[in-house]
Amino acid sequence: MEPVDVVFGGVTVLDRHDVDTDQIIPKQFLKRVERTGFGEFLFYDWVREGEIELERNPILLTGRNFGCGSSREHAPWALQDYGFEAIIAPSFADIFYVNCTKNGLLPVVVDERHCQGIAAAGEARIDVDELTVTYRDGVVPFEIEEEIRHRLLHGHDEIDVTLSDHKESIATYERDRELPATATGAL
Amino acid sequence: MSPTTMFDKIWSQHEVADGLIFIDLHLVHEVTSPQAFDGLRLERRKVRRPDRTLATADHNVPTDDTPAARMIADQLSRKQVETLEANCEEFGVPIYSLGSDRRGIVHVIGPELGATQPGMTIVCGDSHTSTHGAFGALAFGIGTSEVEHVLATQTLVQKRPKTMRINYGGRLEAGVSAKDLILATIGRLGIGGMVGYAVEYAGAPIEALSMEGRMTICNMTIEGGGRAGMIAPDETTFEFVRGRPGAPPDFEAAVARWRKLPTDEGATFDAEVEIDAGGISPMVTWGTTPGMVTEVAGRVPDPAAMDSPADRESAERALAYMALEPGTPMTEVALDRVFIGSCTNSRIEDLRVAAGVISGRRVADGVRAMVVPGSEQVRAQAEQERLDEAFREAGFEWRASGCSMCLGMNPDILIEGERCASTSNRNFEGRQGKGGRTHLVSPAMAAAAAIEGHFVDIRDWSGGAPGEES
Repeated sequence: MEPVDVVFGGVTVLDRHDVDTDQIIPKQFLKRVERTGFGEFLFYDWVREGEIELERNPILLTGRNFGCGSSREHAPWALQDYGFEAIIAPSFADIFYVNCTKNGLLPVVVDERHCQGIAAAGEARIDVDELTVTYRDGVVPFEIEEEIRHRLLHGHDEIDVTLSDHKESIATYERDRELPATATGAL
Repeated sequence: MSPTTMFDKIWSQHEVADGLIFIDLHLVHEVTSPQAFDGLRLERRKVRRPDRTLATADHNVPTDDTPAARMIADQLSRKQVETLEANCEEFGVPIYSLGSDRRGIVHVIGPELGATQPGMTIVCGDSHTSTHGAFGALAFGIGTSEVEHVLATQTLVQKRPKTMRINYGGRLEAGVSAKDLILATIGRLGIGGMVGYAVEYAGAPIEALSMEGRMTICNMTIEGGGRAGMIAPDETTFEFVRGRPGAPPDFEAAVARWRKLPTDEGATFDAEVEIDAGGISPMVTWGTTPGMVTEVAGRVPDPAAMDSPADRESAERALAYMALEPGTPMTEVALDRVFIGSCTNSRIEDLRVAAGVISGRRVADGVRAMVVPGSEQVRAQAEQERLDEAFREAGFEWRASGCSMCLGMNPDILIEGERCASTSNRNFEGRQGKGGRTHLVSPAMAAAAAIEGHFVDIRDWSGGAPGEES
């Protein structure tokens, strides 16, 4: 994952609540076995039907509960492949939020009032180190878990971190505390 | 020790380090795993615990008895299933693919094999993994990066969710099912109402449910935005697990351990909700999210009567997509298709209920109805009970198992403009096929709708049988 410290630039507004991942990347595009190349299918039906126009900008601003529904990580892959580096919304669905953070696509939670301000301004600067969004009318703080912030800033691979920091604890857990179960190969 | 919730007990049992939990069972399917296996290859990593990993092919599988992956007609689907088979072979992961009599929807086969057990942590790259919480397990969907993390480390970095308990009082009326209970709950709390929470469903109406019913409830937790859904294990749970291939050899010792899992009296939750199950009707969705739902005796709502401008706008757009007029009685909504299946409602009990409803009747003219069992084992059981004959005689198609028309990644899809009564879990735009219109209902409601060609209130439906008032 590439480190993310500052995202700066134009804001594309998608003024809808509860946008589900089936809309972000429809199922017929989930058959690829690679991580790349999903951008051209982003919001495929909505764009093709002329319901929305999706300007290419670093920042996408949208409504509450963005990314609900299916856990498909193809959704953040498609957003990122299209060119978005950060998404600002009043709230996100849990799995989508986590999926974004694993790929360095920055999810930023800001209340509705500031969302409207940022949409009107059309440009913003998001600072991951300071945890602020700066736009024409002011500066808004946002929150992100320290573990995630650290990983985004340094572009750390999470598996590397787990294997280097917790190798012993995992082995100890497996030896002393793991619950018994029939091996899946013996079912 | 202070009183503790079931969630907290399972969480602490599995915490390897702060914010890192051990995963007891990792289920894998073909859509969300190829990039994860690629990641392992790239870094020269192994699957740490193949003995706790189990794969199956379900999303892409045609339901026409295609005998092997190489025979799948759709080239991309074929490649995805073949890639899964090759990855499992390379990394030593047990798999039930096409041709296996143990293949099926991942959330159906886990419980059916006895791999799903109380007290476990269970993950899968699929949001409906919450299904397994019905056994008193902590189970939730993860993304592909997390799939890779679990494959490599058998652990998951996880923020501890908040806890919510939904207490149901009263009792479900005859004809009102677990599906109606969860649809009504989501209708009330909203599709973002459970975001950030692990949700425990409790109360007498939940305890009275079979494991199939409990799985339906936990399955749809994600449609309310919940991280995980859980139900305390009890005798119903133990009897379901007993005798299955994965059941613990020392079963009584395991039961003794499982009996300690339920939430202690006096334990506190971050949120508690009370719902009267007695007041719940058979439900039908009218819009394009599972929260856009009403009673079957109700009408399509009027967006103009909604208070919030955002709700009004969403409802207007949903009604335009669904081609429905405000004020239309739900029972007058006519159907083209009926789908009984999916990880929400494709288990043997669901099929028995549907078969009971249609017995001796015929699918309405102009309606195409299909039944897709959740697994090959459910299919075999149903055929042994001759449910397949009942469905076929009534004019239903009886198919091989798979995710089928729940998400349209295989040949089972809606054609643009078609309207479908579906026992699945999502009525999002285009979910069952571009331009398809989905109404979520229970198996009994779907079966009755197939016979009548429109929705009916199953509670007072006589099916037009001779000599009975309808």
